[in-house]
Amino acid sequence: MTKANPAIEVSGLHKSFGKTHALDGLDLDVETGEVHGFLGPNGSGKSTTIRVLLGLLRADAGAARVLGRDPWADAVEVHRRIAYVPGDVTLWRNLSGGEVIDLYGRLRGGLDKRRRADLVERFELDPTKKGRTYSKGNRQKVALVAAFASDVDLLILDEPTSGLDPLMEEVFQRCVEEERERGRTVLLSSHILSEVEELCDRVSIIRRGQTVESGSLADLRHLTRTSVTAELAGPPNGLTRLPGVHDLDVRGHRVRLQVDTDQLDAVLRSLSESGVRSLTSTPPTLEELFLRHYQDEAVTR
Amino acid sequence: MTAAAFDVRPVGSRQLAGTATLLRFNLRRDRVTVPVWVAVTALMVVSTTNSLRTVYATPAERADIARQMLTNNSLRAMYGPVFDDSLGGLTAWRIGVYAAVLAGIMSLVIVVRHTRDEEESGRQELVSSAMVGRRAPLTAALLTALVANGVVALLVAVSLAGQGTPGALAFGLGIAGVGMVFATMAAIVAQLTESGRLAKGLTGGLIGAAFVLRAAGDSATTGGTSQAFSTGGGSSVLTWISPIGWLENLRPFAGERWWVLPLFVAAAVIQGAVAYELAGRRDIGGGFVPTRPGPAQGRLGTAGALAWRLQRGGLLGWGLGFLAGGAAFGGVTKGAADLVGDNDNAREIIERMGGQSGITDAFLATMVGLFGLVAALYIVSSVLRLHGEETSQRAEPVLACAVGRLRWAAGHLVVALGGTVLLMLLAGVGLSLGYGAESGPILGACLIQVPAIWALGGLAVLLYGLSPQAAPAAWGAAGLILFLGWIGPALDLPQAVLDISPFGHLPKLPGGEMAWGPVGVLAGIAGVLVAGGLAGVRRRDMTS
Repeated sequence: MTKANPAIEVSGLHKSFGKTHALDGLDLDVETGEVHGFLGPNGSGKSTTIRVLLGLLRADAGAARVLGRDPWADAVEVHRRIAYVPGDVTLWRNLSGGEVIDLYGRLRGGLDKRRRADLVERFELDPTKKGRTYSKGNRQKVALVAAFASDVDLLILDEPTSGLDPLMEEVFQRCVEEERERGRTVLLSSHILSEVEELCDRVSIIRRGQTVESGSLADLRHLTRTSVTAELAGPPNGLTRLPGVHDLDVRGHRVRLQVDTDQLDAVLRSLSESGVRSLTSTPPTLEELFLRHYQDEAVTR
Repeated sequence: MTAAAFDVRPVGSRQLAGTATLLRFNLRRDRVTVPVWVAVTALMVVSTTNSLRTVYATPAERADIARQMLTNNSLRAMYGPVFDDSLGGLTAWRIGVYAAVLAGIMSLVIVVRHTRDEEESGRQELVSSAMVGRRAPLTAALLTALVANGVVALLVAVSLAGQGTPGALAFGLGIAGVGMVFATMAAIVAQLTESGRLAKGLTGGLIGAAFVLRAAGDSATTGGTSQAFSTGGGSSVLTWISPIGWLENLRPFAGERWWVLPLFVAAAVIQGAVAYELAGRRDIGGGFVPTRPGPAQGRLGTAGALAWRLQRGGLLGWGLGFLAGGAAFGGVTKGAADLVGDNDNAREIIERMGGQSGITDAFLATMVGLFGLVAALYIVSSVLRLHGEETSQRAEPVLACAVGRLRWAAGHLVVALGGTVLLMLLAGVGLSLGYGAESGPILGACLIQVPAIWALGGLAVLLYGLSPQAAPAAWGAAGLILFLGWIGPALDLPQAVLDISPFGHLPKLPGGEMAWGPVGVLAGIAGVLVAGGLAGVRRRDMTS
């Protein structure tokens, strides 16, 4: 497979607001056709990055290309192929949801009428209500329907599901998968890790305006620890001496431990020397992976 | 904790729990706006007394103008009848209606802002989840209005006390009384609609209706009815229906009829009770007039169409106001000019504002100038829609579509700049209809105002383009220009100060000499300011 043109290329992005350094040399690469998770604690610079990518903010330093163009200088051209859903959707009080969906669609590259009707039904949205009468979740649905029905190449979604119920979350995930099947690129900023785990091909984790991890979930898992619980035939031996073993807890023949995923092999060998009666090994969840970064953040603060 | 711990207080007072805290909170939130409203209302009254003292210096002059009011129906419609030719009596006649309208608008804004606006924004929900009684928010809002109106009454009473304490007291209380009647009326309307903006608009319409009723009633009756000018009889029924008419029937400085005061109290209490009853019967955030559904499909397809859609309602309201106001002022022009023409001082002030030619033309020119000043408020509010769209984060998703910033801004600016032309044309049409003269010169005079209005609009664009934090300063500039144009000539300010206002450079039309130079320069300045502002909009970060 040849590597296609990346949808988003960002390197060394800097942006400050007064004394606050919102972005401090951020890198981000999103391949065309992938769903890319964009993660980080609150205030880490996700929304600032997205707003630079949309040409709403001008970066102080660094390079950004969106769909091969400069998002500041060629904003209109780039936006023709982008649909954006903000985390906090505000609507005009006296425009109906349907009017807003059609407006956004026309202001982008156009709107697929059939898909619009289909999405309105799937999201159970009443498009005749006026902007001021929608709940938070319904306002998000308006923006989501407009984005998914628009004829674009790249979707930039900034925490788009924070107000959706689990059923609608399900619909949202189905929609993102359909986008991927149609070859579109999605940048998904989210705090809902199950959603990211379910949908994303690759993720980037940022902290304090810098990228700290980037890669596929498998790659990232490799960097973290697997939990192992084993019932042994005899007493365990030598586990403490092995590198990469943490939180070892031995009760008779029962062993619980955490191991750096790249050291798993040695641990399993040591366990089988003692004779294994039962074994469960849990790969790290994204949650654990994430919490490690969040906690690092708290510690370095 | 047991249930008994919650039941310490009787039920009645728990309905009002938290009122004192909310009242303090409201007053803190309004610490700038309410003092400004109060000060403007009180200053308007005081400055009227002062200018009347200069213009009609002798008792004979005052008696003269009072007598002329007997025969001038159109001026009675504008101001109400004169009941006494003392300085206090003339002040109450000249400014009473307008001070009452101002107090009414202040009160409706206060009440809706602290009731329906709070619910609509969702903030009320959080407040009401705390130890806050069901009736506390409405009570606190009405008390806030009461405080504001009370201070107006106090300032008016104290500053006019020199003209006679009972009259000053009655006048102050009457103005505040009208304010409270509209405060409680706004409280009812705010229960009915789900939108604060609609509640303000409807109550504003009710104030307008009260003004029209009083005007119709006053123009129908023949003159004042105090002993000095009386032909006997009282106000028309129409005047009595209007709360604004009650103020003149209170007769400040003309044998105060104190029995009118309980009318204000009764109306406020009854309306307040209705508002409480309605508030107790509905859900938070809900209303009795449901929001109508809109179309499921939209036709809007461009940023310009969106700007027009967002601003057209406001422009329609302004336009109707300009047309009606033009017709009203046009209708009184003949009588007013005659009246002013008999008084040297008044003529001098009008000529300073309107030019040196015939007094009718000078009066018309003054009116045209006043419409220009009011249109300056329109252009600032219209240009600052850009600011509102940006700070409310509604601009962000639009600009994330294939819409350039310039095109987005241009949509609103076309409405702002073009709307100004439309408004001035409507004012001209109204003036010529009301005056009944050929419309050409009046329409021309109205259009000559446009470059000055645009210059202020251009300043607003520039401020917005530089930084969204600077944008509201455009209101300050509009206030200064209004002050210079409205009160400046009466204060006899030096020309250098008056020249700060772009309106000071316009030729006085109709009647005066047309001067293309300053008009062209102002248009050029407006163009440069708009271009500078747009350059800023293109270059700066969009905030959220």
